[in-house]
Amino acid sequence: MQPIHLAWIDYAILLAYTCFVIGIGFALRRYVKSSSDFFLSGRSIPAWVTGLAFMAANLGALELVGMSANGAQYGIASAHFYWVGAIPAMIFLAVFMMPFYYGSKARSVPEYLNLRFDGRVRCLNSLTFAVMTVFASGISMDALARLLHILLGWNYDISLWICSAVVLVYVLKGGLTSAIYTEVLQFFMIVLGFAPVVFLGLKDVGGWDAIKAKLAIVAQHPATLSLGDKTFQPDAWTSAWKPVLAGPAANPMGVDAFAVVFGLGFVLSFGYWCTDFLVVQRAMAAKDMSAARRTPLIATVPKMLFPFLVILPGIIAVALAASPNKGYRLPPIAIKEANYAPAIADIKTPTGDVFEKVSKDLALHLDKAKVEALAQRNAAKNLSDDQIRNGLQDAVTDNDYNGIILSLVKKYCPPGLLGLALTALLASFMSGMAGNVTAFNTVWTYDLYQAYIAPNKPDQHYFRMGQFATVVGIIISIGCAYFANHYSNAMNVVQLVFGFVNAPLFATFLLGMFWARTTGTGAFLGLLGGTLTSCLFHAITLATGNAPGVKGGYLAGYFGGAHIFPSEMAQNFWLASFAFTACFLLTLFISLASKRTKTDEELKGLVYSMTPKIKDQDQPFFMRPAVLGIILLIACVVLNIIFF
Amino acid sequence: MGLDIRWPIGIMFSLVGLLLVVFGGMTSGTDIYQNTSLGININLIWGVVLLVFGVLMLLGAIVGGKKPPTA
Repeated sequence: MQPIHLAWIDYAILLAYTCFVIGIGFALRRYVKSSSDFFLSGRSIPAWVTGLAFMAANLGALELVGMSANGAQYGIASAHFYWVGAIPAMIFLAVFMMPFYYGSKARSVPEYLNLRFDGRVRCLNSLTFAVMTVFASGISMDALARLLHILLGWNYDISLWICSAVVLVYVLKGGLTSAIYTEVLQFFMIVLGFAPVVFLGLKDVGGWDAIKAKLAIVAQHPATLSLGDKTFQPDAWTSAWKPVLAGPAANPMGVDAFAVVFGLGFVLSFGYWCTDFLVVQRAMAAKDMSAARRTPLIATVPKMLFPFLVILPGIIAVALAASPNKGYRLPPIAIKEANYAPAIADIKTPTGDVFEKVSKDLALHLDKAKVEALAQRNAAKNLSDDQIRNGLQDAVTDNDYNGIILSLVKKYCPPGLLGLALTALLASFMSGMAGNVTAFNTVWTYDLYQAYIAPNKPDQHYFRMGQFATVVGIIISIGCAYFANHYSNAMNVVQLVFGFVNAPLFATFLLGMFWARTTGTGAFLGLLGGTLTSCLFHAITLATGNAPGVKGGYLAGYFGGAHIFPSEMAQNFWLASFAFTACFLLTLFISLASKRTKTDEELKGLVYSMTPKIKDQDQPFFMRPAVLGIILLIACVVLNIIFF
Repeated sequence: MGLDIRWPIGIMFSLVGLLLVVFGGMTSGTDIYQNTSLGININLIWGVVLLVFGVLMLLGAIVGGKKPPTA
C-alpha cells in the first residue's frame, strides 16, 4: 500500500486534537489532590458524561476496524454484537447490579468481590484483570503504530512512543477524569469523523435498497468476491435474524440461534458489561446513585445506533465491490516483504506452472488469470521489479477485512476530512490505552498493593502509588506492544487464556448478588472449575477448516475425536455457555456443601435480598431506571424487527 | 470535577469546524472533490456541521453556568 500524503490541514486537525487532550490533563491537574480524585474522579461526574465514556471506553479502534470487517464477512447479523450482545446486559447492570457496585462503596469490581466473598476471589480476579488490561492496551498500541507506519509511512517506534507519551501525560495529570473526558471527546470525534464517510458511501452505492439488491447477488455467489465458497439465500447479508434462525449452514457466521441468544446475548455479554471493571469504573465515577444507574442506560442509546456507523461501512464495501463501475475492490492482504523476492524471480524466469509456484512463494490465494498475464507481459517486455510487485499484489484474492474501513476513508475523504477521520482513529486507539491504564492503576493500587503489600498507609501514599503505577503500566503496555508485534501467535494464546478466565465470571456475580447462601469457597472453586471447563472444552472442539493447535482440538485424540463446529464464532459462543453452566453449578453445590462465613448483616448492601430497595418514587416516572430500561429494551426490539 | 467538559469539546469542534470551512472555501471548485467525495465540497458542509455542534456545546456550557477555566 502506498503511504497517504497528508496536507497541512490534516496535520492541523491532528495537532489540534493532541493539544486539547494534553490541555485537558493540565486543566484538571489542580482538581486532583487525593487518591479518590485520581482513581474515582471524586465521584463527581454527571451522568451524560459517564454514560458516553461508558460506551466509548469499550469502543476501541480495534472495534471500529473489526466491526466493519464483520459487516463485510457476515452482514447485518454482526449487529447482534450490539443489539443482543450489549443492550440487555447494559440495562440489567443499570437496573439490578449498579445499586450494589455503587452502594457498597467498593472502589473497584475486585473490591466488591472481597466484600461479598473473600480475598481469594478478589486476588484471582484482580490479578487476571491487571495482566489483561496491560496486554489489551499493548495490543491496541501495536495496532496503532503499525497503522501509522503502513498508512502514513511513519516510523513504528517513534509512533508508539509518542502516542504512549501523550496518554501518559494526560492520565498522570488528570487521572480517571482525564481518561473519561478524552473518551467523551473521542466519542464525538468518531461519530463526527466517520459519519460523512458512511454518508458518501451510502450515496455512492445508491442507498439501502440498492445495497440489498447488490448483496442478494453476492449472497448467492460469495466466491466471486472471495467471501467463502458456500452459497446462501439472497437475504443472508441483509437480514439479522432470518439466516440465523434457519441454522448454522444458512448464515455466513455459521452460528445457530441458541448460541447467539444464550452464548453471546447472555453469557459473554453479561460477563463483559456487568463485571468488567474497565466499563463499570466509568459508572462508579458518577456523582450519585441515580447518575450511576443512568450511566449504562444513557450509553445504550448510542450503542444501539452504532451498527450504522461501524458495521454499515463493511456492508457498503461489499456492495461497492460487487458494482464493477465503481472501481472499488475489497483490499487484498498485503504480501509479506520477504516473500516478494522468490515470487519476482519465478515471474522473471518461468519454469513449469508459474501460477502454482508463485502462489506457494507468497503463501496466499491468487487470481490465476492475473498471474499468467503478468508473466506474459514480463516475457514480452521486461517489467521493472516495482511493476511486478504491484502486479503480484493486485493478483492476491484473499481479502484483508481489517483494511476495509481505511480503504473507504482513502476512497471518499479529500484532504481535510481525511485529517478528521484519521484523528478519530488515532483518538480511539489512544483512549483505548488510557481506559486500560486507568483501570490497571486502580486495581493495582487498591486491590493488590493496598490489600497485600502495604496496607494502612496515608491516602497521599496511595495517590503517589497510583501515579507511579500509571507510568509502569504504560511502560509494560509498550513492552506488550513489541511482544504483540514480534510474537503474534503467542499473543493469540494470551488472548485465548483471558477468554477462558472471563467466560464463567458472570455466574459468580449472578449467584453472589442474588443468593445470600453463596459462599467464598463456592465462588472461588466455581470460578476455577469454570475456567478449567473452558480449557477442556477448547481442547476437544474445533471449527471447520482449522487444524488442531492454538485453535483448539489438541486433546481431542483422547476423547475419540474433536467435536466440529461450523465456525470459530460458534465454537466461542458454545465454550462460554459451557463454562458459565459449569461455574454456576459448581458454585451452587459447593456453596450448599460449605459453611457460610458472612452474616446477613455483613451482606447488607451486597446481596439483593439483604438490601433495602431503592425508592425511585421521588424521581419523575419516566426517569426511573426500570422505566427507562423498559423503554430502551422496546427500542432495541424494534430495531431487530426492522432488520429481521 | 471543576472543569465543565463542554468547554473543551465546544472549543475544539468550533476550531476544527472553522479550519474545515476555511479550507473548504479555499479549495472550492478544485478537483480534489471530483476524485473523492463525489464532487461534493464535503469540507465546507461538514465544517459547518462541526461548527454548529461546537457552538451548541459552548452555549450549553454558558447556560449551564460554569465559568471557563482560567488556567
